[in-house]
Amino acid sequence: MDILIYGTINSIMLALMALGFALVYGTSRIPNFAHGAIYVLCGFVTWAFVRGLNLNYFIGIALALALTGLLGALMYRFVLIRVRGMNISEIIASYAIGLAILEGLRWGGFRGSTYTLPVFVEGSIIIGDIPVDYQRILVVVIGVLLVAFLWLFTHYTRIGLALRGMAQDERAALMLGIDSDTMALVAMAMGSMLAGLAAILILPLGNIVVEKGYDVLIQAIAVCIVGGLGSWMGAVLAAFLIGFAQILTTVYLGSHFQMVVALLAIIITLILKPSGLFGQQKELEERV
Amino acid sequence: MGWQELSYLTLPRLVLIMGMLALPLVMPGMYWPRVITIVCIYALLALSFDFLAHFVGLVSLGGAFFIGVGGYLSAIFNTSFGIPPLISIPMATVAGAIICTVLLLPCLPLRGVYFAIVTLMYPLALARVIEATDILGGTDGIMGIDSFPNAWIEQYFVIILVLLFLFGIRRLVNTDVGLVIRAVKDNDQAVRASGMNVNFYKAGAVFIASAMGCMGGACLVHIYMWGGISLFALDFSILPIAATVIGGSGTLVGPVLGCLILVPISELLRDFGTLRIVFYALLLVGFVVFRSEGLMAYGERKYHQVERWVKV
Repeated sequence: MDILIYGTINSIMLALMALGFALVYGTSRIPNFAHGAIYVLCGFVTWAFVRGLNLNYFIGIALALALTGLLGALMYRFVLIRVRGMNISEIIASYAIGLAILEGLRWGGFRGSTYTLPVFVEGSIIIGDIPVDYQRILVVVIGVLLVAFLWLFTHYTRIGLALRGMAQDERAALMLGIDSDTMALVAMAMGSMLAGLAAILILPLGNIVVEKGYDVLIQAIAVCIVGGLGSWMGAVLAAFLIGFAQILTTVYLGSHFQMVVALLAIIITLILKPSGLFGQQKELEERV
Repeated sequence: MGWQELSYLTLPRLVLIMGMLALPLVMPGMYWPRVITIVCIYALLALSFDFLAHFVGLVSLGGAFFIGVGGYLSAIFNTSFGIPPLISIPMATVAGAIICTVLLLPCLPLRGVYFAIVTLMYPLALARVIEATDILGGTDGIMGIDSFPNAWIEQYFVIILVLLFLFGIRRLVNTDVGLVIRAVKDNDQAVRASGMNVNFYKAGAVFIASAMGCMGGACLVHIYMWGGISLFALDFSILPIAATVIGGSGTLVGPVLGCLILVPISELLRDFGTLRIVFYALLLVGFVVFRSEGLMAYGERKYHQVERWVKV
Protein backbone atom coordinates (compact mmCIF):
# COMPACT_ATOMS: atom_id res chain seq x y z
CA MET A 1 0.00 0.00 0.00
CA ASP A 2 2.67 2.53 0.92
CA ILE A 3 4.61 1.52 -2.18
CA LEU A 4 1.54 2.28 -4.26
CA ILE A 5 0.93 5.68 -2.67
CA TYR A 6 4.53 6.87 -2.54
CA GLY A 7 5.20 5.39 -5.97
CA THR A 8 2.38 7.46 -7.43
CA ILE A 9 3.60 10.60 -5.70
CA ASN A 10 7.18 10.01 -6.83
CA SER A 11 6.01 9.36 -10.38
CA ILE A 12 4.05 12.59 -10.53
CA MET A 13 7.08 14.47 -9.19
CA LEU A 14 9.23 12.95 -11.93
CA ALA A 15 6.66 13.90 -14.53
CA LEU A 16 6.66 17.49 -13.19
CA MET A 17 10.46 17.65 -13.39
CA ALA A 18 10.50 16.29 -16.91
CA LEU A 19 7.69 18.36 -18.45
CA GLY A 20 9.81 21.46 -19.02
CA PHE A 21 12.67 19.56 -20.62
CA ALA A 22 10.28 17.58 -22.81
CA LEU A 23 8.51 20.74 -23.94
CA VAL A 24 11.70 22.53 -24.98
CA TYR A 25 13.32 19.57 -26.69
CA GLY A 26 10.10 18.38 -28.24
CA THR A 27 9.30 21.67 -29.93
CA SER A 28 12.58 23.39 -30.67
CA ARG A 29 15.12 20.53 -30.55
CA ILE A 30 17.23 22.38 -28.00
CA PRO A 31 18.52 20.07 -25.28
CA ASN A 32 18.28 22.42 -22.34
CA PHE A 33 21.00 21.08 -20.09
CA ALA A 34 20.49 24.03 -17.76
CA HIS A 35 17.11 22.59 -16.75
CA GLY A 36 18.26 21.35 -13.35
CA ALA A 37 20.05 24.60 -12.62
CA ILE A 38 16.91 26.59 -13.38
CA TYR A 39 14.98 24.30 -11.03
CA VAL A 40 17.34 24.97 -8.14
CA LEU A 41 17.68 28.66 -8.95
CA CYS A 42 13.91 29.11 -8.86
CA GLY A 43 13.87 27.48 -5.44
CA PHE A 44 16.46 29.91 -4.12
CA VAL A 45 14.77 32.93 -5.71
CA THR A 46 11.48 31.99 -4.09
CA TRP A 47 13.31 31.52 -0.80
CA ALA A 48 14.84 34.97 -1.17
CA PHE A 49 11.46 36.56 -1.82
CA VAL A 50 9.57 34.72 0.88
CA ARG A 51 12.13 34.39 3.66
CA GLY A 52 14.48 37.23 2.77
CA LEU A 53 12.06 39.98 1.75
CA ASN A 54 9.09 38.61 3.72
CA LEU A 55 6.74 38.88 0.79
CA ASN A 56 3.46 37.03 0.71
CA TYR A 57 4.13 33.42 -0.34
CA PHE A 58 1.99 33.54 -3.44
CA ILE A 59 3.32 36.89 -4.63
CA GLY A 60 6.82 35.52 -4.10
CA ILE A 61 6.01 32.46 -6.18
CA ALA A 62 4.53 34.51 -8.98
CA LEU A 63 7.56 36.83 -9.07
CA ALA A 64 9.99 33.91 -8.98
CA LEU A 65 8.19 32.14 -11.83
CA ALA A 66 8.18 35.31 -13.91
CA LEU A 67 11.92 35.76 -13.31
CA THR A 68 12.64 32.15 -14.23
CA GLY A 69 10.66 32.47 -17.44
CA LEU A 70 12.56 35.64 -18.25
CA LEU A 71 15.85 33.88 -17.59
CA GLY A 72 14.93 31.09 -20.00
CA ALA A 73 13.94 33.60 -22.66
CA LEU A 74 17.17 35.57 -22.19
CA MET A 75 19.22 32.39 -22.37
CA TYR A 76 17.68 31.61 -25.70
CA ARG A 77 17.79 35.15 -27.08
CA PHE A 78 21.42 35.88 -26.25
CA VAL A 79 23.20 32.53 -26.23
CA LEU A 80 21.36 29.55 -27.64
CA ILE A 81 20.00 31.36 -30.71
CA ARG A 82 23.55 31.72 -31.98
CA VAL A 83 24.37 28.03 -31.79
CA ARG A 84 20.98 26.69 -32.83
CA GLY A 85 21.20 23.52 -34.88
CA MET A 86 24.77 22.74 -33.87
CA ASN A 87 24.30 19.82 -31.53
CA ILE A 88 27.64 19.88 -29.78
CA SER A 89 27.59 23.61 -29.20
CA GLU A 90 24.01 23.56 -27.94
CA ILE A 91 24.84 20.95 -25.34
CA ILE A 92 28.08 22.61 -24.28
CA ALA A 93 26.59 26.09 -24.08
CA SER A 94 23.48 25.12 -22.12
CA TYR A 95 25.38 22.75 -19.83
CA ALA A 96 27.95 25.46 -19.15
CA ILE A 97 25.24 27.97 -18.26
CA GLY A 98 23.69 25.45 -15.90
CA LEU A 99 27.05 24.71 -14.35
CA ALA A 100 27.75 28.41 -13.89
CA ILE A 101 24.43 28.89 -12.11
CA LEU A 102 24.80 25.85 -9.85
CA GLU A 103 28.43 26.33 -8.92
CA GLY A 104 27.85 30.07 -8.50
CA LEU A 105 25.12 29.28 -5.99
CA ARG A 106 27.40 26.83 -4.22
CA TRP A 107 30.14 29.46 -4.05
CA GLY A 108 27.64 32.01 -2.75
CA GLY A 109 27.20 29.81 0.31
CA PHE A 110 23.75 28.52 -0.52
CA ARG A 111 24.12 25.17 1.17
CA GLY A 112 23.23 23.50 4.40
CA SER A 113 19.82 22.88 5.83
CA THR A 114 18.81 26.49 6.39
CA TYR A 115 17.20 26.90 3.01
CA THR A 116 13.71 25.49 3.14
CA LEU A 117 10.47 26.69 1.66
CA PRO A 118 7.27 26.61 3.68
CA VAL A 119 4.67 24.03 2.67
CA PHE A 120 1.42 25.36 1.25
CA VAL A 121 -0.80 23.55 3.72
CA GLU A 122 0.34 22.06 7.00
CA GLY A 123 -0.77 18.71 8.28
CA SER A 124 -1.35 15.28 6.86
CA ILE A 125 -4.10 12.84 6.06
CA ILE A 126 -4.34 9.10 6.63
CA ILE A 127 -4.96 7.10 3.47
CA GLY A 128 -5.43 3.41 4.24
CA ASP A 129 -3.17 3.48 7.27
CA ILE A 130 -0.35 5.51 5.72
CA PRO A 131 0.03 9.17 6.71
CA VAL A 132 0.46 11.38 3.64
CA ASP A 133 0.99 15.10 4.14
CA TYR A 134 -1.11 17.62 2.26
CA GLN A 135 1.81 19.00 0.30
CA ARG A 136 2.34 15.64 -1.40
CA ILE A 137 -1.35 15.41 -2.25
CA LEU A 138 -1.16 18.93 -3.59
CA VAL A 139 1.79 17.88 -5.78
CA VAL A 140 -0.30 15.06 -7.25
CA VAL A 141 -3.34 17.29 -7.84
CA ILE A 142 -1.36 20.14 -9.39
CA GLY A 143 0.69 17.69 -11.44
CA VAL A 144 -2.39 16.12 -12.94
CA LEU A 145 -3.96 19.54 -13.55
CA LEU A 146 -0.77 20.76 -15.20
CA VAL A 147 -0.59 17.84 -17.59
CA ALA A 148 -4.23 18.38 -18.50
CA PHE A 149 -3.63 22.11 -18.93
CA LEU A 150 -0.63 21.52 -21.18
CA TRP A 151 -2.60 19.08 -23.29
CA LEU A 152 -5.39 21.63 -23.73
CA PHE A 153 -2.86 24.41 -24.35
CA THR A 154 -1.07 22.54 -27.11
CA HIS A 155 -4.28 21.42 -28.76
CA TYR A 156 -6.56 24.45 -28.58
CA THR A 157 -4.57 27.70 -28.42
CA ARG A 158 -2.76 29.46 -31.23
CA ILE A 159 0.64 29.42 -29.55
CA GLY A 160 0.23 25.82 -28.50
CA LEU A 161 -0.71 24.76 -32.01
CA ALA A 162 2.23 26.71 -33.40
CA LEU A 163 4.55 24.92 -30.98
CA ARG A 164 3.25 21.56 -32.11
CA GLY A 165 3.58 22.63 -35.71
CA MET A 166 7.24 23.45 -35.12
CA ALA A 167 7.75 20.09 -33.49
CA GLN A 168 6.24 18.19 -36.38
CA ASP A 169 7.74 19.93 -39.37
CA GLU A 170 9.78 23.08 -38.95
CA ARG A 171 9.89 24.02 -42.63
CA ALA A 172 6.18 23.60 -43.19
CA ALA A 173 5.55 25.67 -40.07
CA LEU A 174 7.85 28.39 -41.39
CA MET A 175 5.91 28.45 -44.63
CA LEU A 176 2.68 29.00 -42.73
CA GLY A 177 4.17 32.07 -41.08
CA ILE A 178 5.18 30.60 -37.75
CA ASP A 179 8.43 32.22 -36.68
CA SER A 180 10.82 29.54 -35.53
CA ASP A 181 12.86 31.79 -33.24
CA THR A 182 9.85 33.34 -31.53
CA MET A 183 8.39 29.91 -30.90
CA ALA A 184 11.67 28.58 -29.53
CA LEU A 185 11.82 31.65 -27.27
CA VAL A 186 8.32 30.92 -26.01
CA ALA A 187 9.21 27.26 -25.52
CA MET A 188 12.33 28.10 -23.54
CA ALA A 189 10.42 30.57 -21.36
CA MET A 190 7.65 28.05 -20.74
CA GLY A 191 10.06 25.21 -20.14
CA SER A 192 11.93 27.26 -17.56
CA MET A 193 8.71 28.25 -15.85
CA LEU A 194 7.67 24.60 -15.70
CA ALA A 195 11.01 23.74 -14.11
CA GLY A 196 10.45 26.56 -11.64
CA LEU A 197 6.93 25.42 -10.88
CA ALA A 198 8.16 21.89 -10.25
CA ALA A 199 10.76 23.31 -7.87
CA ILE A 200 8.20 25.35 -5.94
CA LEU A 201 5.91 22.35 -5.56
CA ILE A 202 8.54 19.76 -4.69
CA LEU A 203 11.17 21.69 -2.74
CA PRO A 204 9.01 22.39 0.36
CA LEU A 205 9.27 18.64 1.06
CA GLY A 206 13.00 18.93 1.74
CA ASN A 207 15.97 21.29 1.73
CA ILE A 208 17.04 23.29 -1.27
CA VAL A 209 20.46 21.91 -2.15
CA VAL A 210 22.66 22.60 -5.14
CA GLU A 211 23.20 18.89 -5.88
CA LYS A 212 19.48 18.57 -6.63
CA GLY A 213 20.21 20.39 -9.88
CA TYR A 214 22.18 17.49 -11.33
CA ASP A 215 19.70 14.89 -10.10
CA VAL A 216 16.75 16.73 -11.57
CA LEU A 217 18.48 17.12 -14.93
CA ILE A 218 19.28 13.43 -15.08
CA GLN A 219 15.86 12.29 -14.00
CA ALA A 220 14.17 14.62 -16.48
CA ILE A 221 16.33 13.28 -19.27
CA ALA A 222 15.70 9.69 -18.21
CA VAL A 223 11.94 10.21 -18.30
CA CYS A 224 12.11 11.92 -21.70
CA ILE A 225 14.27 9.23 -23.28
CA VAL A 226 12.32 6.31 -21.90
CA GLY A 227 9.03 7.88 -22.89
CA GLY A 228 10.05 8.82 -26.37
CA LEU A 229 10.29 12.46 -27.25
CA GLY A 230 7.36 14.44 -28.48
CA SER A 231 4.85 12.17 -26.83
CA TRP A 232 3.05 13.38 -23.69
CA MET A 233 1.57 9.98 -23.05
CA GLY A 234 4.99 8.38 -23.27
CA ALA A 235 6.57 10.89 -20.88
CA VAL A 236 3.82 10.42 -18.27
CA LEU A 237 3.95 6.64 -18.58
CA ALA A 238 7.75 6.65 -18.35
CA ALA A 239 7.51 8.84 -15.25
CA PHE A 240 5.32 6.19 -13.63
CA LEU A 241 7.63 3.38 -14.72
CA ILE A 242 10.77 5.04 -13.38
CA GLY A 243 8.96 6.45 -10.35
CA PHE A 244 7.77 3.03 -9.18
CA ALA A 245 11.10 1.43 -10.03
CA GLN A 246 12.83 4.05 -7.86
CA ILE A 247 10.51 3.56 -4.92
CA LEU A 248 10.92 -0.21 -5.15
CA THR A 249 14.72 0.08 -5.17
CA THR A 250 14.58 2.52 -2.26
CA VAL A 251 12.51 0.06 -0.25
CA TYR A 252 14.47 -3.07 -1.10
CA LEU A 253 18.02 -1.84 -1.87
CA GLY A 254 18.57 1.63 -0.41
CA SER A 255 18.13 5.18 -1.62
CA HIS A 256 21.62 5.45 -3.11
CA PHE A 257 20.52 3.35 -6.05
CA GLN A 258 17.84 5.78 -7.25
CA MET A 259 20.06 7.32 -9.87
CA VAL A 260 21.38 3.98 -11.01
CA VAL A 261 17.78 3.04 -11.78
CA ALA A 262 17.44 6.09 -14.02
CA LEU A 263 20.64 5.21 -15.86
CA LEU A 264 19.66 1.57 -16.28
CA ALA A 265 16.23 2.61 -17.55
CA ILE A 266 17.88 4.74 -20.21
CA ILE A 267 20.32 2.07 -21.30
CA ILE A 268 17.74 -0.72 -21.41
CA THR A 269 15.31 1.45 -23.36
CA LEU A 270 17.95 2.45 -25.84
CA ILE A 271 18.96 -1.13 -26.45
CA LEU A 272 15.49 -2.61 -26.69
CA LYS A 273 13.49 0.17 -28.28
CA PRO A 274 15.64 3.13 -29.28
CA SER A 275 12.74 5.42 -30.09
CA GLY A 276 11.32 5.16 -26.56
CA LEU A 277 8.00 3.69 -25.47
CA PHE A 278 5.83 5.95 -27.56
CA GLY A 279 8.32 7.51 -29.93
CA GLN A 280 7.59 7.60 -33.60
CA GLN A 281 9.73 6.49 -36.49
CA LYS A 282 11.00 10.03 -37.03
CA GLU A 283 12.81 10.07 -33.74
CA LEU A 284 14.24 6.63 -34.38
CA GLU A 285 16.15 7.94 -37.36
CA GLU A 286 17.52 10.82 -35.37
CA ARG A 287 18.80 8.77 -32.53
CA VAL A 288 20.36 5.76 -34.06
CA MET B 1 63.68 22.81 -50.03
CA GLY B 2 65.55 25.73 -48.61
CA TRP B 3 66.12 26.23 -44.96
CA GLN B 4 63.44 28.89 -44.85
CA GLU B 5 60.74 26.54 -46.04
CA LEU B 6 61.97 23.78 -43.82
CA SER B 7 61.95 25.95 -40.76
CA TYR B 8 58.56 27.36 -41.73
CA LEU B 9 57.15 23.85 -41.60
CA THR B 10 58.98 22.47 -38.60
CA LEU B 11 59.17 25.51 -36.35
CA PRO B 12 55.70 25.24 -34.79
CA ARG B 13 56.14 21.54 -34.03
CA LEU B 14 59.64 22.03 -32.65
CA VAL B 15 58.50 24.91 -30.46
CA LEU B 16 55.77 22.71 -29.01
CA ILE B 17 57.95 19.64 -28.43
CA MET B 18 60.93 21.55 -27.06
CA GLY B 19 58.68 23.77 -24.99
CA MET B 20 56.92 20.80 -23.40
CA LEU B 21 60.20 18.99 -22.74
CA ALA B 22 61.80 22.09 -21.27
CA LEU B 23 58.90 22.92 -18.95
CA PRO B 24 60.11 20.83 -15.96
CA LEU B 25 63.58 22.39 -16.25
CA VAL B 26 62.39 25.98 -16.05
CA MET B 27 59.70 25.53 -13.40
CA PRO B 28 61.03 26.33 -9.94
CA GLY B 29 60.00 25.02 -6.57
CA MET B 30 57.86 22.11 -5.48
CA TYR B 31 54.46 23.38 -6.48
CA TRP B 32 54.67 24.25 -10.17
CA PRO B 33 56.13 20.92 -11.37
CA ARG B 34 53.02 19.31 -9.88
CA VAL B 35 50.91 21.74 -11.90
CA ILE B 36 52.73 20.62 -15.07
CA THR B 37 51.79 17.00 -14.47
CA ILE B 38 48.18 17.99 -13.86
CA VAL B 39 48.23 20.03 -17.09
CA CYS B 40 49.41 16.93 -18.95
CA ILE B 41 46.70 14.73 -17.46
CA TYR B 42 44.04 17.22 -18.45
CA ALA B 43 45.67 17.45 -21.87
CA LEU B 44 45.27 13.69 -22.32
CA LEU B 45 41.60 13.98 -21.45
CA ALA B 46 41.10 16.97 -23.72
CA LEU B 47 42.76 15.10 -26.58
CA SER B 48 40.43 12.19 -26.02
CA PHE B 49 37.41 14.51 -26.01
CA ASP B 50 38.56 16.28 -29.16
CA PHE B 51 39.25 13.02 -30.97
CA LEU B 52 35.86 11.57 -30.06
CA ALA B 53 33.82 14.70 -30.68
CA HIS B 54 35.40 16.10 -33.81
CA PHE B 55 36.73 13.02 -35.58
CA VAL B 56 34.23 10.33 -34.61
CA GLY B 57 31.19 12.46 -33.87
CA LEU B 58 30.56 11.15 -30.35
CA VAL B 59 30.27 13.97 -27.82
CA SER B 60 31.36 12.51 -24.51
CA LEU B 61 30.60 14.56 -21.41
CA GLY B 62 32.10 11.86 -19.21
CA GLY B 63 35.82 12.46 -19.03
CA ALA B 64 35.51 11.71 -15.33
CA PHE B 65 34.30 8.21 -16.18
CA PHE B 66 37.56 7.35 -17.94
CA ILE B 67 39.65 8.96 -15.20
CA GLY B 68 37.74 7.15 -12.51
CA VAL B 69 37.94 3.70 -14.09
CA GLY B 70 41.65 4.02 -14.89
CA GLY B 71 42.43 5.49 -11.50
CA TYR B 72 40.62 2.84 -9.47
CA LEU B 73 42.11 0.00 -11.53
CA SER B 74 45.64 1.28 -11.15
CA ALA B 75 45.07 1.79 -7.45
CA ILE B 76 43.83 -1.79 -7.08
CA PHE B 77 46.69 -3.24 -9.10
CA ASN B 78 49.16 -1.33 -7.02
CA THR B 79 47.78 -1.84 -3.51
CA SER B 80 46.33 -5.35 -3.81
CA PHE B 81 48.88 -6.99 -6.08
CA GLY B 82 51.93 -4.85 -5.33
CA ILE B 83 52.64 -4.00 -8.95
CA PRO B 84 54.97 -0.97 -9.29
CA PRO B 85 53.49 2.22 -10.82
CA LEU B 86 55.33 2.10 -14.14
CA ILE B 87 53.79 -1.32 -14.86
CA SER B 88 50.40 -0.84 -13.23
CA ILE B 89 49.70 2.29 -15.29
CA PRO B 90 49.86 0.55 -18.69
CA MET B 91 47.93 -2.39 -17.27
CA ALA B 92 45.22 -0.09 -15.92
CA THR B 93 45.16 1.71 -19.26
CA VAL B 94 44.43 -1.40 -21.26
CA ALA B 95 42.08 -2.97 -18.74
CA GLY B 96 40.28 0.34 -18.17
CA ALA B 97 39.88 0.96 -21.87
CA ILE B 98 38.36 -2.48 -22.30
CA ILE B 99 35.94 -1.91 -19.42
CA CYS B 100 34.92 1.54 -20.66
CA THR B 101 34.42 0.31 -24.20
CA VAL B 102 32.31 -2.63 -23.08
CA LEU B 103 30.18 -0.40 -20.83
CA LEU B 104 29.69 2.15 -23.61
CA LEU B 105 29.03 -0.49 -26.27
CA PRO B 106 25.22 -0.42 -25.94
CA CYS B 107 25.23 3.35 -26.40
CA LEU B 108 27.40 3.48 -29.50
CA PRO B 109 24.55 3.55 -32.02
CA LEU B 110 23.28 6.72 -30.36
CA ARG B 111 23.84 10.09 -31.90
CA GLY B 112 24.58 13.58 -30.67
CA VAL B 113 22.58 14.53 -27.61
CA TYR B 114 21.79 10.99 -26.54
CA PHE B 115 25.38 9.82 -26.34
CA ALA B 116 26.28 12.98 -24.44
CA ILE B 117 23.53 12.33 -21.91
CA VAL B 118 24.51 8.72 -21.26
CA THR B 119 28.19 9.52 -20.87
CA LEU B 120 27.31 12.36 -18.50
CA MET B 121 25.44 9.89 -16.29
CA TYR B 122 28.04 7.13 -16.11
CA PRO B 123 30.50 8.83 -13.73
CA LEU B 124 27.71 10.09 -11.49
CA ALA B 125 26.12 6.64 -11.33
CA LEU B 126 29.41 4.83 -10.66
CA ALA B 127 30.25 7.27 -7.86
CA ARG B 128 26.85 6.56 -6.30
CA VAL B 129 27.33 2.81 -6.60
CA ILE B 130 30.70 3.01 -4.85
CA GLU B 131 29.18 5.21 -2.16
CA ALA B 132 26.20 2.92 -1.67
CA THR B 133 27.88 -0.47 -1.69
CA ASP B 134 30.98 0.69 0.16
CA ILE B 135 33.25 -1.31 -2.15
CA LEU B 136 36.72 -0.09 -3.16
CA GLY B 137 37.20 1.82 0.04
CA GLY B 138 33.78 3.51 -0.10
CA THR B 139 33.83 7.21 0.61
CA ASP B 140 37.32 7.08 2.15
CA GLY B 141 38.93 5.90 -1.05
CA ILE B 142 42.02 3.76 -1.49
CA MET B 143 45.07 4.93 0.39
CA GLY B 144 48.72 3.93 0.42
CA ILE B 145 49.31 3.90 -3.32
CA ASP B 146 52.96 4.04 -4.39
CA SER B 147 54.18 7.23 -6.02
CA PHE B 148 56.52 7.53 -8.97
CA PRO B 149 60.21 6.87 -8.17
CA ASN B 150 60.98 10.57 -8.35
CA ALA B 151 59.55 13.87 -9.55
CA TRP B 152 61.55 13.92 -12.79
CA ILE B 153 60.25 10.54 -13.93
CA GLU B 154 56.74 11.63 -13.00
CA GLN B 155 56.88 14.78 -15.10
CA TYR B 156 58.66 13.37 -18.12
CA PHE B 157 56.45 10.27 -18.11
CA VAL B 158 53.28 12.32 -18.58
CA ILE B 159 54.84 14.90 -20.89
CA ILE B 160 56.13 12.22 -23.24
CA LEU B 161 52.76 10.47 -23.11
CA VAL B 162 50.99 13.65 -24.16
CA LEU B 163 53.40 14.22 -27.06
CA LEU B 164 53.16 10.59 -28.17
CA PHE B 165 49.37 10.56 -28.14
CA LEU B 166 49.16 13.99 -29.78
CA PHE B 167 51.32 13.08 -32.76
CA GLY B 168 50.04 9.50 -32.80
CA ILE B 169 46.44 10.61 -33.18
CA ARG B 170 47.36 13.18 -35.79
CA ARG B 171 48.85 10.31 -37.79
CA LEU B 172 45.97 8.00 -37.07
CA VAL B 173 43.29 10.32 -38.43
CA ASN B 174 45.17 10.58 -41.71
CA THR B 175 45.62 6.85 -42.25
CA ASP B 176 43.04 4.71 -44.05
CA VAL B 177 41.43 3.67 -40.78
CA GLY B 178 41.31 7.31 -39.74
CA LEU B 179 39.57 8.14 -42.99
CA VAL B 180 36.84 5.62 -42.21
CA ILE B 181 36.53 6.98 -38.68
CA ARG B 182 36.10 10.50 -39.98
CA ALA B 183 33.60 9.24 -42.51
CA VAL B 184 31.56 7.78 -39.65
CA LYS B 185 31.23 11.30 -38.31
CA ASP B 186 30.35 12.94 -41.59
CA ASN B 187 28.05 10.34 -43.10
CA ASP B 188 27.60 7.01 -41.43
CA GLN B 189 25.07 5.83 -44.01
CA ALA B 190 27.75 6.05 -46.67
CA VAL B 191 30.11 3.98 -44.52
CA ARG B 192 27.41 1.39 -44.02
CA ALA B 193 26.70 1.38 -47.75
CA SER B 194 30.38 0.64 -48.39
CA GLY B 195 29.98 -2.59 -46.45
CA MET B 196 31.78 -1.49 -43.29
CA ASN B 197 30.50 -1.95 -39.78
CA VAL B 198 30.01 1.51 -38.27
CA ASN B 199 29.83 0.26 -34.70
CA PHE B 200 33.10 -1.62 -35.04
CA TYR B 201 34.93 1.57 -35.96
CA LYS B 202 33.14 3.56 -33.28
CA ALA B 203 34.10 0.96 -30.69
CA GLY B 204 37.72 1.15 -31.83
CA ALA B 205 37.71 4.92 -31.53
CA VAL B 206 36.12 4.76 -28.08
CA PHE B 207 38.80 2.25 -27.07
CA ILE B 208 41.57 4.65 -28.07
CA ALA B 209 39.90 7.63 -26.42
CA SER B 210 39.13 5.79 -23.20
CA ALA B 211 42.69 4.44 -23.10
CA MET B 212 43.94 8.02 -23.05
CA GLY B 213 41.52 8.95 -20.29
CA CYS B 214 42.29 5.85 -18.23
CA MET B 215 46.00 6.46 -18.55
CA GLY B 216 45.45 9.98 -17.21
CA GLY B 217 43.48 8.59 -14.29
CA ALA B 218 46.10 5.93 -13.56
CA CYS B 219 48.86 8.56 -13.48
CA LEU B 220 46.71 10.76 -11.27
CA VAL B 221 46.28 8.22 -8.47
CA HIS B 222 50.03 7.58 -8.40
CA ILE B 223 50.72 11.30 -8.24
CA TYR B 224 48.31 11.93 -5.38
CA MET B 225 48.98 8.50 -3.81
CA TRP B 226 45.24 8.33 -3.18
CA GLY B 227 42.22 7.28 -5.20
CA GLY B 228 38.62 7.96 -4.28
CA ILE B 229 35.23 9.13 -5.41
CA SER B 230 36.62 12.52 -6.32
CA LEU B 231 38.12 10.83 -9.38
CA PHE B 232 34.59 10.97 -10.75
CA ALA B 233 34.37 14.71 -10.06
CA LEU B 234 32.89 17.14 -12.50
CA ASP B 235 36.20 18.96 -13.05
CA PHE B 236 37.47 16.12 -15.19
CA SER B 237 34.47 16.35 -17.45
CA ILE B 238 34.19 20.10 -17.83
CA LEU B 239 37.76 21.40 -17.94
CA PRO B 240 38.89 19.31 -20.93
CA ILE B 241 35.84 20.45 -22.86
CA ALA B 242 36.56 24.06 -22.01
CA ALA B 243 40.20 23.58 -23.02
CA THR B 244 39.16 22.04 -26.34
CA VAL B 245 36.74 24.80 -27.17
CA ILE B 246 39.18 27.54 -26.21
CA GLY B 247 42.20 25.92 -27.86
CA GLY B 248 40.40 25.10 -31.07
CA SER B 249 38.15 22.14 -31.64
CA GLY B 250 39.22 19.56 -34.19
CA THR B 251 42.86 20.67 -34.26
CA LEU B 252 44.24 18.22 -31.65
CA VAL B 253 47.00 20.68 -30.74
CA GLY B 254 44.40 23.18 -29.61
CA PRO B 255 43.20 21.14 -26.61
CA VAL B 256 46.77 20.76 -25.33
CA LEU B 257 47.28 24.48 -25.71
CA GLY B 258 43.96 25.14 -23.99
CA CYS B 259 45.04 23.00 -21.02
CA LEU B 260 48.36 24.84 -20.84
CA ILE B 261 46.39 28.06 -20.49
CA LEU B 262 43.43 26.98 -18.38
CA VAL B 263 44.94 24.67 -15.76
CA PRO B 264 47.53 27.15 -14.44
CA ILE B 265 44.84 29.83 -14.32
CA SER B 266 42.64 27.47 -12.40
CA GLU B 267 45.51 26.76 -9.98
CA LEU B 268 45.95 30.49 -9.43
CA LEU B 269 42.23 30.78 -8.75
CA ARG B 270 42.23 27.86 -6.30
CA ASP B 271 41.37 30.17 -3.40
CA PHE B 272 38.04 30.99 -4.97
CA GLY B 273 36.72 27.43 -4.64
CA THR B 274 33.86 26.56 -6.92
CA LEU B 275 33.91 30.04 -8.43
CA ARG B 276 36.58 28.58 -10.71
CA ILE B 277 34.00 26.35 -12.34
CA VAL B 278 31.75 29.35 -12.86
CA PHE B 279 34.69 31.08 -14.49
CA TYR B 280 35.39 28.26 -16.96
CA ALA B 281 31.72 27.79 -17.67
CA LEU B 282 31.29 31.45 -18.60
CA LEU B 283 34.50 31.43 -20.64
CA LEU B 284 33.18 28.35 -22.38
CA VAL B 285 29.88 30.00 -23.24
CA GLY B 286 31.74 33.04 -24.54
CA PHE B 287 34.01 30.98 -26.77
CA VAL B 288 31.23 28.70 -28.05
CA VAL B 289 29.11 31.67 -28.99
CA PHE B 290 31.60 34.27 -30.18
CA ARG B 291 34.85 32.49 -31.10
CA SER B 292 33.85 28.97 -31.95
CA GLU B 293 36.99 28.32 -34.01
CA GLY B 294 39.25 28.63 -30.98
CA LEU B 295 42.72 30.09 -30.52
CA MET B 296 44.60 27.46 -32.50
CA ALA B 297 42.66 27.91 -35.74
CA TYR B 298 43.16 31.66 -35.40
CA GLY B 299 46.86 31.27 -34.73
CA GLU B 300 47.26 28.88 -37.64
CA ARG B 301 45.67 31.34 -40.02
CA LYS B 302 47.91 34.14 -38.82
CA TYR B 303 50.95 31.92 -39.11
CA HIS B 304 50.10 30.95 -42.67
CA GLN B 305 50.05 34.60 -43.62
CA VAL B 306 53.81 34.52 -43.15
CA GLU B 307 53.89 32.09 -46.05
CA ARG B 308 54.02 34.78 -48.69
CA TRP B 309 57.41 36.00 -47.45
CA VAL B 310 58.76 32.47 -47.41
CA LYS B 311 57.36 31.22 -50.71
CA VAL B 312 56.79 27.53 -50.02
